[in-house]
Amino acid sequence: MAIQELRMPKLGESVTEGTITKWLVSPGDFVNKYEPVAEVLTDKVTAEIPSAYRGIIKEIVAKEGETLPVDAVICTLETEEEPAGGKMEKETDKIRRKTAEDNKTKLLKQRYSPAVLKLAEQHNIDLKKVKGTGRGGRITRKDVLKFIESNKTSIDEVRVIGQEQHKMEQKTIHTVSADSGMVEIPVTGIRKTIAENMVRSKREIPHAWMTVEADVTDLVRLRDAIKEKFKAKEGYPITYFAFFVKAVAQGLKEFPELNATWEEDKIVCKKDIHLSIAVATEDALFVPVIKHADEKSIKGIARDIYELAKKARTGTLEPENVRGGTFTVNNTGAFGSIQSMGIINYPQAAILQVEKIVKRPVIINNSIAIRDMVNLCLSIDHRVLDGLIAGRFLTRVKEILENMNEEQTNIY
Amino acid sequence: MAVISYIDAVTAALHEEMERDENVFVLGEDVGIKGGVFKATKGLYERFGEDRVIDTPLTESAIAGVAIGAAMYGLRPVAEMQFADFILPAVNQIIAEAARIRYRSNNDWSCPLVIRAPYGGGVHGGLYHSQSVEAIFANQPGLKIVMPSTPYDVKGLLKAAIRDDDPVLFFEHKRAYRLIKGEVPDDDYVLPIGKADLKRDGDDITVITYGLCVHYALNAAEKLEKEGISACVLDLRTVYPLDHEAIIEVATKTGKVLLITEDNKEGSVISEVAALIAEHCLFDLDAPIMRLAAPDVPAMPFAPPLENFFMVNEEKVEKAMRELAEF
Repeated sequence: MAIQELRMPKLGESVTEGTITKWLVSPGDFVNKYEPVAEVLTDKVTAEIPSAYRGIIKEIVAKEGETLPVDAVICTLETEEEPAGGKMEKETDKIRRKTAEDNKTKLLKQRYSPAVLKLAEQHNIDLKKVKGTGRGGRITRKDVLKFIESNKTSIDEVRVIGQEQHKMEQKTIHTVSADSGMVEIPVTGIRKTIAENMVRSKREIPHAWMTVEADVTDLVRLRDAIKEKFKAKEGYPITYFAFFVKAVAQGLKEFPELNATWEEDKIVCKKDIHLSIAVATEDALFVPVIKHADEKSIKGIARDIYELAKKARTGTLEPENVRGGTFTVNNTGAFGSIQSMGIINYPQAAILQVEKIVKRPVIINNSIAIRDMVNLCLSIDHRVLDGLIAGRFLTRVKEILENMNEEQTNIY
Repeated sequence: MAVISYIDAVTAALHEEMERDENVFVLGEDVGIKGGVFKATKGLYERFGEDRVIDTPLTESAIAGVAIGAAMYGLRPVAEMQFADFILPAVNQIIAEAARIRYRSNNDWSCPLVIRAPYGGGVHGGLYHSQSVEAIFANQPGLKIVMPSTPYDVKGLLKAAIRDDDPVLFFEHKRAYRLIKGEVPDDDYVLPIGKADLKRDGDDITVITYGLCVHYALNAAEKLEKEGISACVLDLRTVYPLDHEAIIEVATKTGKVLLITEDNKEGSVISEVAALIAEHCLFDLDAPIMRLAAPDVPAMPFAPPLENFFMVNEEKVEKAMRELAEF
């Protein structure tokens, strides 16, 4: 005995769906082959569906009144009959086809397509060095493109390896000097660059500071509600930081004065909003850039953050990833900080530090409530900006954040 | 924007054009009181009357001939062939008269005629209700052949065909009539005849096709995306004359091209597309041009398993696309 399926038949030309109007059988009923089991209505005809097998009705899948596409299962029945067409034939077909294909593909490894030869010539590539991923190990156009790409990044890899060596050197020195009770770490490479940038920023830019606190209880609730599902669906986490970056991008759109640089005789307000985000590794600080952050959804920003942070940590950031920032958002809350005074990322005009979200008693309508509070600390270039605009900007960002909630905020 | 079916888009275009221009009229077998066997001309007889919605005898040569004469005298006939399979008696009229008249009269006469015909299989129609006939006409200068895939394209292109000053064959896939639904604006718009449309962008493989096969390709592309195969899909929309520029651009883009037609393989419209790519894109090709079409046997068997064997379907398209991507 085998279970077979009865399907919605195609009742006439151009008919693609039908509605079951009445079942003529119930589960357990015995039906002969070609005996009608149900009545069906299409936009052309009303007809009876005959059983394709002789057997006992097992389960009625489609309900009366339900509209189903042609070929959808309407019920199952138990029968001794086999469906038409043997399996054996298919198997032999497959084997025959496979051997024929194998013989053909053996030759493909040394054969280059015109597209591959053209690319190799243009980029001066020795095709013997390229790994083929096509049929039979054939080198495809995409393999060559990837090879060209990876050659670019291999320069970066050399740099990263260079850094690794630095680290090892540092460690050796570390142990040696420890004996004398002091630690000497030579300043080279990326540490040196960071130092130079910080000094330059502090020396040239007159910093001013301002802090507001925002009530993000609803935002926390929103993020908690979608966290698990988002991770499962998209494959990367949705962090609070993504929401903050979104709010800042929106705020900058309204206050372009903060999206600017000081250029001695003029202030240049940038039209594009490219947000630098600070990513810390054990021994360095990177500021990769989320391009056009104002045009991205919260999901898009979360993805950029995830990918840029991953690249920063694995040392695979490309120059393109760190260039062109117009404003920096720093996730100091990740270190547990609740207040800080950031140094502006030269030559930008401001930096915003997003501190740790903490539960605090807050007075609302003369009663005390437990709310999720966060401090937003802004450093501004006082040549470019004054407290007034900075204050308005901060107030606006706070307002945007406080209005992020499950009802109104769409992360997509 | 309303979501309507492919056939409703045909009716809407006819209706709007007849409202707009009193020179437009339809003729064909059962197009009047019955509203067409597929109901494409439903409601036109009631709205515009028997002078503009004309039931004809079962004589395709006369349907085409009458329409050609009326067109040459300034009217804008839209003739319906009940099934594309039955256009054959009218071929002499279409090719020898309609297609030639502008050239033959040194521009003194023209023939602003549209012939609509449902084509294509997968509807259990057997030999005389399933064929694709575009290849018969696709090397006749003076003709244009439009074969849309979506309701949006149907309305915009049928309106353009009616307003065109030369004969246009407008082939509608009968399986798409009720299967394919899509958004169609209520307002008046026309789409350019002779322009292909990029229905999906991608960079691993290129699929070039038309008609119902566009949907097979789009559905398969959607699935393959999840496997990391990115496909671009070009809908020819007009199969004669071809949009050379668009074809060359998408073929060059990935270097891996799959051409699909429901028609018999040899001498089909995609054979010409293949020739065009071979002519212009040799040094950008990364794989042999691949064709997926019906076998070279008469279209098409009546028995369902044989019909399935004959017809291009989503499964076959997906398999071919994967094969090309893996090459």
